Amino acid sequence: MAEPVVEVRNLRKTYGPKVAVDDVSFAVQPGEIFGILGPNGAGKTTTVETLAGLRQADGGTVRVRGIGLQIATPEGAVWRSAMINAPVFPVSTPQAFYGLLEASKTPEAMKAFQAAHPELAGFGAWAGRKDWTSSYAEEPYHSLNAFVFVNAAGHEQPVRWALIPAAPAVTISPDELAERGPNYLEQEITERVRANPQRWTLRVTLAEPGDPTSDPTKAWPQDRRNVDVGTLIVQQIEAEPDGPCRDINFDPTILPRGIQVSDDPFPAARSAAYARSYDLRTAETKDYPRTKTGTRP
Amino acid sequence: MTERTQSFTLFQRVLHWLMAICILAMLFIGVGMVSTVMPKYVPLLVTHKTLGMAILVLALIRLVVRLRYGAPPLPADLPQPMKLAAVASHYLLYAMFIGIPLIGWGMLSAADYPIVLYGGIRVPAILPQSDFLHTLLWNAHFYLGFALFALILMHIAAALFHALIRRDGVFQSMTSQRFAFRTEPE
Repeated sequence: MAEPVVEVRNLRKTYGPKVAVDDVSFAVQPGEIFGILGPNGAGKTTTVETLAGLRQADGGTVRVRGIGLQIATPEGAVWRSAMINAPVFPVSTPQAFYGLLEASKTPEAMKAFQAAHPELAGFGAWAGRKDWTSSYAEEPYHSLNAFVFVNAAGHEQPVRWALIPAAPAVTISPDELAERGPNYLEQEITERVRANPQRWTLRVTLAEPGDPTSDPTKAWPQDRRNVDVGTLIVQQIEAEPDGPCRDINFDPTILPRGIQVSDDPFPAARSAAYARSYDLRTAETKDYPRTKTGTRP
Repeated sequence: MTERTQSFTLFQRVLHWLMAICILAMLFIGVGMVSTVMPKYVPLLVTHKTLGMAILVLALIRLVVRLRYGAPPLPADLPQPMKLAAVASHYLLYAMFIGIPLIGWGMLSAADYPIVLYGGIRVPAILPQSDFLHTLLWNAHFYLGFALFALILMHIAAALFHALIRRDGVFQSMTSQRFAFRTEPE
């Protein structure tokens, strides 16, 4: 049997007396895990970028990049996560996010919104940096939202997680990236994976009491304990129209036993919005046909 | 002149009122769930799926019990159109009690969502992923939900009509074991 591509096993050993996550113990074989790499998830990322003035007509220049990931065990447990490369989210609440959408309609409203929402600064500082990378494989992807790991004894440990790339970042300016053409990132990852499987470490960060779990604009202190729980190995890239990702919803509240939502209000809001998005796009499937014959209609 | 109307069996009455609570809660949970992006969305969704499965199981039990024990006859003097409406609406109610949860189950299956109920109980998919089926079943679930809402309102109106206006014992056949007596107006 092939090596598991993601292995999450017995985290009890690595967390000392505070047993946190021993319910989240499973190994996944190749073929049971898939994800979508791209410039947008269910529309949220696209919106964030448009608001931040980052999205240009050219798809190769996307600043906010994301991955949607599904891990399924043979026993039927499913874990879905939609992550982006920004280390923090622009706003603290879904209400503020709606306010951001409204404010983005005019420059004046946007100025007023920025003045009223200083928490935008963290995301803004990241978004404004010019040291982009030229590959999806060189980006980290963050859960952003806090979740709760619960062990068999009921102990709750708030966590955030991220995929940390094995590939070293080769920085590039936004202008240089734009010159490489609109589909550069898609072509690059396809060729890169064809040459060599690409790896990320799935790193879980454990909150200390008092860390802000309900506010995704606030990073946790750097010295928080990290637990590397597995390695994601991307072995194959498929075009979206025919791949296994196009017709599922990477709803971040789809969690296996032992992982729960926290007091972070975003996963619920994302779940509700992604469901609506899924309903709408599956209703328009005739406008997005599969390209290969013999695949499902 | 008096007329006797038999009651439903105790088991049938318990099933009826248990389902009444579930379904009334369900109508509001369903509407509330699709109207919010607040944190309560997640528990509402789990409750909706769990209650839906409970209603499906209760409805199947109830169908078997109904086929086995039947229902008390309607009053002989009930006008024919009302008798027809009573019989037809009950066929429709049973069809919806069974059909709407099945459609919801199929809809989630066709979207390839893992179906996890309260307490982490996992339910298998009953259909393969299909955009076409998902859209069809989503629409059916949505509109039949509102149709059930309307039917339930008519059912309550009819029950109150029997209880308060006609006073013919039909309402009591679902509330008590006692035989209901009705006196014809002079």
